[in-house]
Amino acid sequence: MSLAQWVVSPFLDYGFMRRALAGACALSLGAAPLGVFLVLRRMSLMGDAMSHAILPGVAAGFLLSGLSLGAMMLGGIATGLAVALLAGLVARLTPLREDASFAAFYLISLGLGVLLVSLRGSNMDLLHVLFGTVLGLDDPALLLVTAVASATLLALAAIYRLLVAECLDPGFLRASGGAGGWVHMGFLVLVVLNLVAGFQVLGTLMVVGIMMLPAAAARFWVRSAAGQIPLAAGLGVAASVAGLLVSYHFNVPASPAIILAAGACYLFSIVGGPQGGLLRTPRRLRRA
Amino acid sequence: MSAPVTIELDDASFGWHGHPALKSVSGRFAAGGMTAVVGPNGAGKSTLIKGIMGVLRPMTGSVRITGAGRAGLAWLPQAAELDRSFPVSVLELVAMGAWRRVGGWRRVGDEELARCMHALETVGLADAAARGVGTLSGGQMQRALFARMLVQDAPVLLLDEPFAAVDSHTADELMALLCGLHGQGRTVIAVLHDLDLVRDHFPECLLLSGAVVAWGDTASALDDAHLKAARQWHARARA
Repeated sequence: MSLAQWVVSPFLDYGFMRRALAGACALSLGAAPLGVFLVLRRMSLMGDAMSHAILPGVAAGFLLSGLSLGAMMLGGIATGLAVALLAGLVARLTPLREDASFAAFYLISLGLGVLLVSLRGSNMDLLHVLFGTVLGLDDPALLLVTAVASATLLALAAIYRLLVAECLDPGFLRASGGAGGWVHMGFLVLVVLNLVAGFQVLGTLMVVGIMMLPAAAARFWVRSAAGQIPLAAGLGVAASVAGLLVSYHFNVPASPAIILAAGACYLFSIVGGPQGGLLRTPRRLRRA
Repeated sequence: MSAPVTIELDDASFGWHGHPALKSVSGRFAAGGMTAVVGPNGAGKSTLIKGIMGVLRPMTGSVRITGAGRAGLAWLPQAAELDRSFPVSVLELVAMGAWRRVGGWRRVGDEELARCMHALETVGLADAAARGVGTLSGGQMQRALFARMLVQDAPVLLLDEPFAAVDSHTADELMALLCGLHGQGRTVIAVLHDLDLVRDHFPECLLLSGAVVAWGDTASALDDAHLKAARQWHARARA
């Protein structure tokens, strides 16, 4: 079998592979650019926390109406935003810092989510929610992922300058009449939306991987945020293709294969990337 | 520049997390004045500037800005409050000064770019326009922030420790620029540490120490009795 065949034939031969490809690529295009901002704002763990936070909502939707996409999605958005708000509130009203208060809420969410899923579903259902069903995407799921990705890219383009200004110098933006607060909220809503859309594809736990890993890798190749965004999306797509192929040819589960492909990308970037990669950084700078 | 802008504070207190850092400030910054804000660390100097800029809402009392309102205020915040690891160029940082005219969506036109480049030339950073802000030294960073304030082109300039972590050459140059801006009729309000600099260049002075200790012409505001009172408050607050 030639290389071209190895790469192309699984997608030509099987509809479920084409759907998986479309779903994973759409997810990468929307989620990875958000990851770039999470990395730049030093909120990398926020994505992780939010992905756990949507779990009880998804589970409650599942409990009430079975595997209904709409119910699970609404539930996920509701608990995701609720945890974001609650964690922010606790950080403001008590001496607990925001990261700790986020960690506390997402651990509670995880426990609650797993409990809710097990109440009604089988272990198989729990596995689907946690690890996704990228090889079993139906039309509504595919539509949801692509719609969220499209909306994310448009929204990100619209708030891009506000977001950069808010990261760089939030006080100055506020003093200049720019509304920093709602930009931050809007950004969080986009993160939650992508995580909820992505749990269909990669599962609630691993969807964060396609958000953060390409973004963290892109940081080692280009300096500007405007350059990192398309690169991260591209790396996400590449990891999706590579992961699906490995999964197909070597008969391993697809979502971890996609995340590991993105992880390989990241590890290579740490070593070889020109922007601070280990090989390219002069020794004297490394200590700084 | 438009109608004269004055800043009036009426029994205004500002603070963080419910604790007042600066109590009951009443007074007026007149248009065209040049006032230094001095006081020990933690006296509420930056807090006052943030309160005037509207970043901090007064806990009690009020801040009234006549004329153009807050659009008439340009701000040079402390460099430490910026995320300097964020990957933007010096030109992009300076262009933030055009926010009130450009906002989140309008194009940054040739006119604005020319204004930014002119500001960078004025502060001697024209060559660094394309560099990342993370590569700037402390002095260069203050020059860049000064350029951003110039781009704001406002009748009132508020500067928060513009000469902190800056070499004396840069401080002299920026001070000369500031005097030039005051000469154009702009109001200057600057938080400063160097009392000699204040006595040399600033006709008016506001001495803070958790509250107003003295506010008036510099010589009498900075007399020995006032400075001693400010230090004593500071020692008490530390104890």
